[in-house]
Amino acid sequence: MNKRKIYNFFSNKVFLFTLISILAGLIIGAVILLFAGFNPLRAYAIIISGVLGRFKYISYTIIKATPLILTGLSITFAFRTGLFNIGAEGQFIIGAITATAVGYFLHLPAIIHIPVVIISATIAAGLWGGIAGFLKAKFGVHEVISTIMLNWIALYFQNYLVYMDGFQKPGGETSYSIQPTASIKLFGEWKLSDAGFAWFNSNPFLRDLFKTPVNFGFLFAIVAAVIVWYILKHTTLGYKLRAVGFNKNAAEYGGINVSKSMIISMTIAGGLAGLAGAVQVMGVTHNVSLLAAMEGFGFDGIAVALIGNCTAIGSVFAGLLFGALKYGGTKIQPAMGAPSEIINIVIGTIVFFIAIPRMISLLIKRFSKKDRL
Amino acid sequence: MGNKAEARSDDVVIEMKNITKKFGDFVANDNITLSVRKGEVHALLGENGAGKSTLMNILYGLYTPTTGDIFIKGKKSVISNPNDAIQKGIGMVHQHFMLVKPFTVAENIILGMENTNIIGSLKMDHALQTVKEISEQYSLHVDPDEKIRNITVGMQQRVEILKTLYRGAEILILDEPTAVLTPQEIHELMRTLKKLTKEGKSIILISHKLKEIKEAADRCTIIRRGKKIDTVEVSKTSEAQLASKMVGREVTFQVDKEDKKPGEVIFNVEKLVVKDNRQIKKVNQFSLEVKRGEILGLAGIDGNGQSEFIEAITGLRKVESGKVLINGIDITNKTPYEIIESKISNIPQDRQDRGLVLDFTVQENMVLEKHSQRPFANRGILNHEKIRLFAKDLIEKFDVRPTNEDKIAKTLSGGNQQKVIIAREVSNDPDLLIAAQPTRGLDVGAIEFVHESLVKQRDADKAVLLISYELDEIMNVSDRIAVMYEGKIVGILDAKKADIETLGLMMAGGKSDNE
Repeated sequence: MNKRKIYNFFSNKVFLFTLISILAGLIIGAVILLFAGFNPLRAYAIIISGVLGRFKYISYTIIKATPLILTGLSITFAFRTGLFNIGAEGQFIIGAITATAVGYFLHLPAIIHIPVVIISATIAAGLWGGIAGFLKAKFGVHEVISTIMLNWIALYFQNYLVYMDGFQKPGGETSYSIQPTASIKLFGEWKLSDAGFAWFNSNPFLRDLFKTPVNFGFLFAIVAAVIVWYILKHTTLGYKLRAVGFNKNAAEYGGINVSKSMIISMTIAGGLAGLAGAVQVMGVTHNVSLLAAMEGFGFDGIAVALIGNCTAIGSVFAGLLFGALKYGGTKIQPAMGAPSEIINIVIGTIVFFIAIPRMISLLIKRFSKKDRL
Repeated sequence: MGNKAEARSDDVVIEMKNITKKFGDFVANDNITLSVRKGEVHALLGENGAGKSTLMNILYGLYTPTTGDIFIKGKKSVISNPNDAIQKGIGMVHQHFMLVKPFTVAENIILGMENTNIIGSLKMDHALQTVKEISEQYSLHVDPDEKIRNITVGMQQRVEILKTLYRGAEILILDEPTAVLTPQEIHELMRTLKKLTKEGKSIILISHKLKEIKEAADRCTIIRRGKKIDTVEVSKTSEAQLASKMVGREVTFQVDKEDKKPGEVIFNVEKLVVKDNRQIKKVNQFSLEVKRGEILGLAGIDGNGQSEFIEAITGLRKVESGKVLINGIDITNKTPYEIIESKISNIPQDRQDRGLVLDFTVQENMVLEKHSQRPFANRGILNHEKIRLFAKDLIEKFDVRPTNEDKIAKTLSGGNQQKVIIAREVSNDPDLLIAAQPTRGLDVGAIEFVHESLVKQRDADKAVLLISYELDEIMNVSDRIAVMYEGKIVGILDAKKADIETLGLMMAGGKSDNE
């Protein structure tokens, strides 16, 4: 990227709108905090130092952001090809279940085990997403309806599996944990060994950093973002999918197979959300547990995609922002007794304001018609 | 109607004096003066983008002029918004109707001017009575209780006209009123216009169709590139004169083409049967042959199965029975991709819906069918540089404006959008080029270009199938003319021997004598 391009990027209207929306969200959050009797400046200071204050915090923020970036990419990809993937939640669950099962039942050396887990989870969730694409292509079932249904099916499927003999950890409401060879935590085993313990004690900085379940997941998310960008921009597949997304009649007329495109698009979107689930299991939780409700990774992904203006790179930054707010937000409760739910209000407001520019620009168009050709 | 043009000048109802309108640096209207007399049809003629609509939007209060004044019945007036315009007796019928589809005709007419009783409920009886009276007075027949979505486009236009009359309009602005109408509906509209002027209304008719201006208008003001060129008495001016004033050079209506002996049959359809979405047979036992080096014109009134026929032969609609062959190869019910591959290209009827991905750039649109082929892609990876060069070349060859391959297609004018499509389709080097209503909504200059492109294709010894609802176009461009009626060919004529009466008769289902 040369200088001019960088300049264009930052003076870009969409980028400015996004920035203003984020600011507006923070301001409204501040007003609410004020009404609730808390000092908003102090609350935000706590959040900022709670996110950036120590390497450990940064590390946690990235860990929180990783699955959100991936589900954001999933929704972004579907959206750019004209589909609204509400099903990232369920695809995430299928990815997590598959990763846990393959990670626990198979015994392989790490170098093979990790890719096998990742690939199988991505494929399983991709097929799960593909169901919605197939239903739309074949029977015209709207993907919003079908993916919402598939979310619940996935949730109860996980709960069913968690209670299955041979998978349920005795006495718990979770499954067995994956084999260490399937984990992508950095120094996961070694950290707990005597040698590792001693070594970390003599390196307090690194101890701080590696205390967290720091893992390779973020790298996967970055690679996935690059792949999504590349597919959309530089491949004939991306061309076809975008053409169908913008105008399926013209695409059909131009010889593009519209049904096939829809199925492929939902499959890739599902795969991305499934990768999020796999990364979460392999890097953080190591198992799946009984779910009383949706965990929200998929739904948060919708907000991430929106804040990121439905671009691959945007999803990465929006995911990081989201991770920071979610992780930093938990710190205002112990520090000053302010409810961390405020942060959810802030996030909601940001999304709201992101949606508004579209409205504002529509309104501007309407009223400035007077002075346009 | 020419005699009315001699009305006294103190009958002037609207005078727009020295109107200039600037958008930034762009001058859309440059010192235009227009005066409209009581009881006349005053046509406003100009190419797309000449500034006709801007001028009328100023009169209707949508824009305010940069400089210049408007006088209504001699009184200087400022029209600040459309409501104001309506109050001052100016009504406008837009090209795209502004009707509430689930509402009835009467509800639409009174919308915004409802009479209510003391508790606020509608006095519908009274409204119905008024609507009835107006529609009888001007013989604008509508069914007040029918819902808008159930009536024809022609009827909807009548509702729009009634709407303005209900609001007491003395001056009616009609923006390209015939663009969406069938020939019969156009005929009906012309009768209505006569009736309206007889009752003392004045009409401003925005159009770029010379024939209808000749038919309906008393006087005509010609605008070119924002400037007023002239105001003429229509009865004393020929179509050719009007056209040359509009485009600024001589225009030939006759398409230049040399005699050419057609070659062997390249495309044929045998006993084709195609159903529409409601499962009604729209194409019924239809057979047709197109030869190398000829343009076959398919004439007919809209709705006689033309759309279904094109969709079927391009793979967009299922063929129930019968055969479609190109170069002797059966392509019945093949996919659109396979049909394009077998060297059939199509300039689609609806350029915005089928022809272009409007949100794509011009260069992306240029390779819609070819994006997966070398040199534009290799192993699934696009070669942006090759696509750009290809698009640049076509933009230059086909004179697409602006000359920028990165422009988003929807920002181009209709004529330039059509050029993009033609460039793309001709660059496929097809054996058969199907052109469905290729000049719809285009101005004279662009129409000439389209026709030349079709003739070039024929002269290169390729086959062209032209489908059009405009008889003039069919007669000017084609070598042979086939007439379609209710899903069948009623006859095929040599274009040189065809006359408009015979064709008109055949389009209505009659048989030709000189078949």
